[in-house]
Parts: sequence; C-alpha cells; structure tokens
Amino acid sequence: MRYSALSILTQAFRGNRGWRPVWREPEPKPSYDVIVVGGGGHSLATAYYLAKNHGITNVAVIEKGYLGSGNVGRNTTIIRSNYLLPGNIPFYEHSMKLWEGLEQDLNYNAMVSQRGVLNLYHSDAQRDAYARRGNAMRMHGVDAELLDRDGVKALVPFLDFDNARFPIQGGLIQRRGGTARHDAVAWGYARGADQRGVDLIQNCEVTGIRIEGGRVTGVDTTRGFIGARKVGLAVAGNSSRLAAMAGLRLPIDSHVLQAFVSEGLKPLIDIVMTFGAGHFYVSQSDKGGLVFGGDIDGYTSYAQRGNLPVIEDVMEGAMAVWPGVGRIRVLRHWGGIMDMSMDGSPIIDRTPVDGLYLNAGWCYGGFKATPASGFCFAHLIARDEMHPVATAYRLDRFATGAVIDEKGAGAQANLH
Amino acid sequence: MRIPCPYCGERDRREFTVLGDADPVRPNGMDADAGAMFEYVYPRTNAAGPAREFWYHGSGCHAWLVVERDTRTHAINKVISARQAALSREQGGA
Repeated sequence: MRYSALSILTQAFRGNRGWRPVWREPEPKPSYDVIVVGGGGHSLATAYYLAKNHGITNVAVIEKGYLGSGNVGRNTTIIRSNYLLPGNIPFYEHSMKLWEGLEQDLNYNAMVSQRGVLNLYHSDAQRDAYARRGNAMRMHGVDAELLDRDGVKALVPFLDFDNARFPIQGGLIQRRGGTARHDAVAWGYARGADQRGVDLIQNCEVTGIRIEGGRVTGVDTTRGFIGARKVGLAVAGNSSRLAAMAGLRLPIDSHVLQAFVSEGLKPLIDIVMTFGAGHFYVSQSDKGGLVFGGDIDGYTSYAQRGNLPVIEDVMEGAMAVWPGVGRIRVLRHWGGIMDMSMDGSPIIDRTPVDGLYLNAGWCYGGFKATPASGFCFAHLIARDEMHPVATAYRLDRFATGAVIDEKGAGAQANLH
Repeated sequence: MRIPCPYCGERDRREFTVLGDADPVRPNGMDADAGAMFEYVYPRTNAAGPAREFWYHGSGCHAWLVVERDTRTHAINKVISARQAALSREQGGA
C-alpha cells in the first residue's frame, strides 16, 4: 500500500480498518543470494539498497530480536555531516543527501527535520579549530557557518553565556543537520525492502558462520541452517562476537552509551545544541521531551545499561551550559552498546573470508550514517568493490597506518 | 559499580580510571616486527562475559589493578594488583 494524503483520508472514512501489516513474516528459505545479519537501521538499509540499486532481491535480513530492537531505537536521532577528515566528509555528506530525499524515496514519514546542529565554542583556540572544520566542510560542498556570540544568542538565548569556566564565544552551525525519527527510519527501510521481496526474519539468532574452503556458505541460526553465497554483518555492538564466529578479531571494543529523555515540555529549543567542552548535547523531540546525552561510560560493556557517575556528569554538563534545565525532570534513560573502533571511524569492507562482509565500528555516530552505510555496504556486497565515498573505511587500515582518527585520540577505543 | 581494591577495600567507581583490556602483552619494541606490534595495539577479544581490564585507583592508593569483570552484568569477580598479575604471568601462570 502506498501512503498518501488520499490513503489517509480514505482510511479515515472507513474507520481505519483497511490498514495492512507493513511487512510479511516469512519462514526462512533454505538459502539466499545474500544474508544480512542484524535487523537494525544499517542492515535494513543495506537490504533495501541491494534490492533497489542492484536488483538483488533474494535476500534475507536475520535479526535475533525484533526489527529495530538495537541501537537504531536507542540513539538520540541526530543527523549531521560536520566532519573534518577527507575520508569522512564525503561519506557523511552522501548520507546527509540521502536523508534529504529519504521520505520521498521510501514513501514513509521518517520525520526528517533539518533544524540545524550547533557546536558551541568557548575559547579562541576552539573557535580556530571550528573555523578549520567549517572550512574543510565548505571545501567539500557541505554547509557550515561560524557564529559569534550574538549569533548564538539569537538561537538559544537561555544559555549561560558568562559561565566562569566555559563562557560562550560562539558556535559552528550546520543548518542542514537536524534530527530524524529513529524507529521510523528502521520501519521505512524494512517496508521498502519487504516490498521488493527481501525476507525479514525476526527472532532468529545467528549462532555460527559456516565456512568451507575459505568461503562462507551460510549461517547456523536458532531456526536452523540458512545457506547464502554472501553474508554481510551489520550488528554494531556485537560485531566482535559475530566476527569471532568466523575466526576474526576486530579492532573494536563494545562500550555502553547512555541517553536521556525529560518529561514532555512546550517548545523550548528548536535546534540541536552540543556543548562538547562539558560533554552534553540536547534537542527536543516532537513529543516535547528533551533528548540528551553525553559521554560513554568508558569501560567495555554488553549490558545495555550504564552507571550513575556518567549520569551525574551529563546532568552537571547540562546545568553548566543551561541552568534552566534544573527545573525539568528526567523521565527515563537507557543505554546502548557501541562498537568503539580503535580510530573512532567505521569499517565497511570485505573480510579475509570470501563472501563475508563487515559493516562495523560506528562508535556513537552510527544513526546519522544509516542511509549511506546501507548504500555503500550494498554496493560492496553486490559489486565486490568499495563505493567511492567509503574507500577509506578499510579493515586493514589499522595494519597499514591509514587510520581516520577524527579526534586525534590514538588507538584507545574509549577515548574516541 | 563498586570496585574492591586489594589495598583500600571496596570503593566507588568514581575513584578509578579504566585503561582497557589487560590481556595483550607488549612485545619488545626493539625486536618485534610491525605485525607483532599491530597485534598488540589494535585487535581485541572484546568478550561478552568475563574480561580482564586495567583500572587505575587514581583517587586512592594510585595502584594499577587487573579487574576481572563480567561485561554482560558488570559484576566483578576478582581484583589483583597489576604487579602481581605481571609477576604470575612471568612465572608462567595465567
């Protein structure tokens, strides 16, 4: 069923009894051309673009829980392409362009909102660093604008501009950045993939990867063996566990990142505001809750929940930059498991096993990358060559030294 | 999360800083080839379950510790000093 104003109107007159399930729930076939492991945003996007761009429709997406039950439903919904390094900018800008046409492409309301992403600066040195970042972005055709103190004040007048430790001097804004409704992104891609013949198989956990003569032949699952000529892994958080089934050790540590939502409020902040110096960032959802977060907890974790010190740190950051939030109550918080790679950048590449492909290492920035990640991963699986905007995301870059260390933190996963 | 320091007793997690995986052993940089250094610096087991990590008790006794912790539950099974861990490794133990 195609969604339109007319379909909504027609259904309204029929008591909304005509809506159908958005995707099938098929039994797994004995084998597929391609299996994508993981039922999150990146894998559903991969399946969608395999079908749409490359005509490969004999595809299964295999998910251990329900679709969108991992990080695509546990993030803070921000989309942006304000990167500095050459390996990153074209990729994230490709993603931004896909976001801009996503809803029309999917015929699905992903609530993409280009409300602007503002990064605050507090010193001359930080201003210069942001000017450099903004220039790098503009040289790659990405929009960026350096705001002075008054420019920031016009957007978010309620911040503590004269904070003794971090007085606000200005900010770098990407006006095309913003937010998107995270679950709807997963659902939209799932629906689009299903309509093109992709089997979405839920409650089916991969327990092993079968390899014969150095070539992948399929996966063992809790619902039996499923054969495949090619297998793609897009299971951020659990990439190391899946890769270990194929005998691989990845340059990744899994870490927990916490996020928070406040009680519902009237419109209060109409941009995404980040306070990097104090490790706090915030936007407001359409439901009215402030959606905010900060740093990872710092120790390896698969628990999907964090500890109080980081919660305290995030709240302190919030109070430092925006004292008014002290009157607002936190409604809930949660944790997601991040693939923290050793240089802070992702991996989209072949593996030493023929027919086994890896999409991993998204750190805490995977959501904004969802469209381009699926787009490029599908390209790699279909054609066995990197997409031009993702050529830097090689698995062997750690051995060759061509790492993409956006933050300059070195080979220390929890510092990126 | 509270960490039982072998010198100070059970203390709040805020007193400690985590470094990461305690299992990779640094090769002798004068002898090791690039491959051996790569193996030390980058790939990680990243186990879902018991894992050994270096923690530093910066707001306490300043000792480096090896903490064995379950990454699925954050439960801590065992804490020894990093010095003791290194000595027992040199003696051929785990």
